[in-house]
Amino acid sequence: MTDLSMPQTQTRTQSATGKIALRWLLYVLLGLFALYYLMPLFVMVTTSLKSLEEIRTGSLISLPREVSFDAWKTAWSGACTGIQCEGLRPYFWNSVLIAVPAVALSTLLGALNGYVVAQWRFKGANIIFSLMLFGCFIPFQVVLLPMARLLGMMGIAGTIPGLIFVHVIYGLGFTTLFFRNYYVTIPAELTKAARVDGAGFLRIFWSIFLPLSLPIIVVTVIWQFTQIWNDFLFGVSFSQAGTQPVTVALNNIVNSTTGVKEYNVDMAAAIIAGLPTLLVYVVAGKYFIRGLTAGSVKG
Amino acid sequence: MAPILDINKLYKNYGATEILKDINISIEPGDFLVLVGPSGCGKSTLLNCIAGLEEITDGTLAIGGKDMTHVSPKDRDIAMVFQSYALYPTMSVAKNITFGMKVRGVDQATQDAKLKDVASLLQIEPLLNRRPSQLSGGQRQRVAMGRALVRDPKLFLFDEPLSNLDAKLRVEMRTEIKKLHQTLDASIVYVTHDQIEAMTLATKIVVLKGGVVQQIGSPAEIYNNPANLFVADFMGSPAMNLIPAQATRNGSGTQIAISREAGETLVLTDTRDLSLPEDVILGLRPEDIAEAGFRAGDGVQEAACMVDMVEPAGADTYVVSELGGKHVTARLHAETSAQAGKMLNLAFDMSKVSYFARETGERLN
Repeated sequence: MTDLSMPQTQTRTQSATGKIALRWLLYVLLGLFALYYLMPLFVMVTTSLKSLEEIRTGSLISLPREVSFDAWKTAWSGACTGIQCEGLRPYFWNSVLIAVPAVALSTLLGALNGYVVAQWRFKGANIIFSLMLFGCFIPFQVVLLPMARLLGMMGIAGTIPGLIFVHVIYGLGFTTLFFRNYYVTIPAELTKAARVDGAGFLRIFWSIFLPLSLPIIVVTVIWQFTQIWNDFLFGVSFSQAGTQPVTVALNNIVNSTTGVKEYNVDMAAAIIAGLPTLLVYVVAGKYFIRGLTAGSVKG
Repeated sequence: MAPILDINKLYKNYGATEILKDINISIEPGDFLVLVGPSGCGKSTLLNCIAGLEEITDGTLAIGGKDMTHVSPKDRDIAMVFQSYALYPTMSVAKNITFGMKVRGVDQATQDAKLKDVASLLQIEPLLNRRPSQLSGGQRQRVAMGRALVRDPKLFLFDEPLSNLDAKLRVEMRTEIKKLHQTLDASIVYVTHDQIEAMTLATKIVVLKGGVVQQIGSPAEIYNNPANLFVADFMGSPAMNLIPAQATRNGSGTQIAISREAGETLVLTDTRDLSLPEDVILGLRPEDIAEAGFRAGDGVQEAACMVDMVEPAGADTYVVSELGGKHVTARLHAETSAQAGKMLNLAFDMSKVSYFARETGERLN
């Protein structure tokens, strides 16, 4: 008995050591990749905290000798975008004024669309849904000119409501897709039961479907916020002085410096412009994964 | 009194496909109507038509004497229990039950009173603050029934309400539904594919196949006098024995000859006054074939048959023998001495026989 069991124990120990070695290799590799991806962020943060003098003389990846927030202050309220020198602040608020209503509206409309397409099957529902999906894949450059005409005709060209309108329209494809796929997994009998109970179209949506939708709302909000906040093309095409979003202002700051290039200000401005999307993901990120995989598992 | 539900020449099409054809059903207050048939026979569609969840293509439908053909579900004075229970997942049990009243604008005091009544009737008081996801299958079933009961409608509609429960619970809930029907004297339309549920619950059964009504009748009528081969085969477990036979009329009655693979032709005599074609299909329920000596009566005739298989089932023992090229099942008492491969004297109760036409499958007697 002992003779037989000995070799078995040995192989088991050997394979256990192998497993641990493999695990460590994995961690080291992952760590290296993480470092590689974090490098640009590190450079941005450290550069933004250095003085111009230090940037000129020091190395790109060294830590700041003296931490200074002057560059952040300048980026926020003093940097020049063309002839004006108000920093990012006014444009940051423009972006907030565009993104918040556009995200809210496109999410709500997407929820309604998805609810109709998934639960109130009508003739041609599939065709309409396919067409909306098609809208997800149209390159935005194609629609610039017609949209400019339309905004002009509506009298909202170059305004913040105009930009909200554009973002709501071009967000609908994706938001409808998200909500439709979520609502399709909800049994049709739920709608039937509510109809027998006397509830109408909007009542069923409001009392039964919306309360079920938190995970998919989070997904849609993250997606839409990232898209709209980071948008540059629509922002630069359909805005005018005073209504430009932060992405356009960032571009102007980086491109309109005279004399010495203020890398520290550019870096600080870039981080400021990117912070809100980061924040949204950190706050709601765990729902993002959960919402994307919801429905694939029967609950 | 006016019928509580009156369906007249109802047709339902999806595009060019006819789902329901010429349905005529009428039930009295207090009736328990069961729509039964194999899957895809249109029984759930018919229930949805009654509920108003599906538009009907042609015909009329009245509930409580009022024409409801084009009335929306909420105004039909009905309540429905669904197969998946369809409880609102984000609402508590109490909110689930009162949702309909809230939508209809019933005042809070009445809501509370009705909720209390229904909760005590169904014994779900301790569950009122829970979410549907925290309930077991049987509890969800009760809540779904509570949501229907609280409405106190003219007509209850049940769409396969027991098919998601395990076997033991199904029998329990079946008894409870029957008890509820008796205490409340409610009018019910109930859809199932389970013929035992149909037999045990119904006061009236409608057998459907391919969107066409095969037979309407009391459970006893359907069981004893099936209108055609389909109904005969579908209702009853084990199924009715359907044996090809030759009929010849003579002085005292009709000679029924059944060929056997092994041994001579079995000849039985039916003394009832019948006029049958030569080729018939003889239908006899397993319990109408007993061991010789255990069954007496006018029509009982004995014959020796070869036992092919013996299946003890506890209370009864089933014996299978080959007759007319079919496996014929006889239901014997548990202590039978029948043995496979031996001859056994069986008693056939000819007074219970149904005859069907071979080509059309229609009943002949």
